[in-house]
Amino acid sequence: MINEIISMNGYGAYVWSAFSFTLISFTALYFVTKLQFSKEQKRFASKFGSLNVEKIRAARSQKINREILSNTSNI
Amino acid sequence: MFKYFEPNKIFAITSKAPKYVLFLFIVVLTVGLTEALILSPEDYKQSDAVRIMYVHVPAAWISLGIFASLGLLSIGSFIFKNKNFALIAKSLAPSGFTFNIIALVTGSIWGKPTWGTWWAWDARITSMLILALFYGMYLLAWRIYENKDQVIKITSLIAILGSINVPIIKFSVDWWNTLHQPASINILSTNTAIHSSMLVPLGIMTAAFALFSLLIFLMKYNTELIKLKNKGLDRL
Repeated sequence: MINEIISMNGYGAYVWSAFSFTLISFTALYFVTKLQFSKEQKRFASKFGSLNVEKIRAARSQKINREILSNTSNI
Repeated sequence: MFKYFEPNKIFAITSKAPKYVLFLFIVVLTVGLTEALILSPEDYKQSDAVRIMYVHVPAAWISLGIFASLGLLSIGSFIFKNKNFALIAKSLAPSGFTFNIIALVTGSIWGKPTWGTWWAWDARITSMLILALFYGMYLLAWRIYENKDQVIKITSLIAILGSINVPIIKFSVDWWNTLHQPASINILSTNTAIHSSMLVPLGIMTAAFALFSLLIFLMKYNTELIKLKNKGLDRL
């Protein structure tokens, strides 16, 4: 059974390479996108931390800014 | 109507959605892979090589669908002068490009055992390659140009021009005598050349791929929104 699935009647190399390429592409795209997201989120948190009290109050008045800060690892 | 879809209002949803979409994607993909690699029957002519269809066809469909969406969003961006359209299009493009490359590579792998060649300058394959070039130009333009208004105009133009290629890809197998087979599935009629034992896994894999593109879109869209908010902090 296992051998049949691996060999795929002689087409195993084609079938498995097509599926592997697809899954590797998915994994790479997912992690690259996740990395970009984390980087941008960290940049936001660090910029936010360097603001003075008045600016922090102004920034906090926006709901989206509070959401960004509360979701440190939401993916 | 567009005010309900303003980034500030939908971020609460788009920032929480990826984890649920990822979970659903893993479940659907697991079922799809089991069906595609183990449970579905082999083809009487192509034998097990037909299983490549379960990654090749959904990838091609979704890459075409995403590019058509880029075209429509770009037209919307021009008409309604709404920058959110451009942001949505920018977030959709990376997964569309990836699916385009997957369709080309898996098509090439499928071509070797069925046609005896990795590549042919056939109307369908060549027009898919041209679509990949349009995707490449679109993504590159977002990286090259820094002026926001300029980049929106240029990328919209690329997307609208590239959209002309979408119906050419779709009908290339009917308009020209090609090595690529004609469409086996017609969503406008019940007339399909594929048996349900193969159609079901194909549908499940298409759903998994659509979920993956939704996941990448949401992650990318959230990244773009945070980028905008970063610039907003600079202006405070």
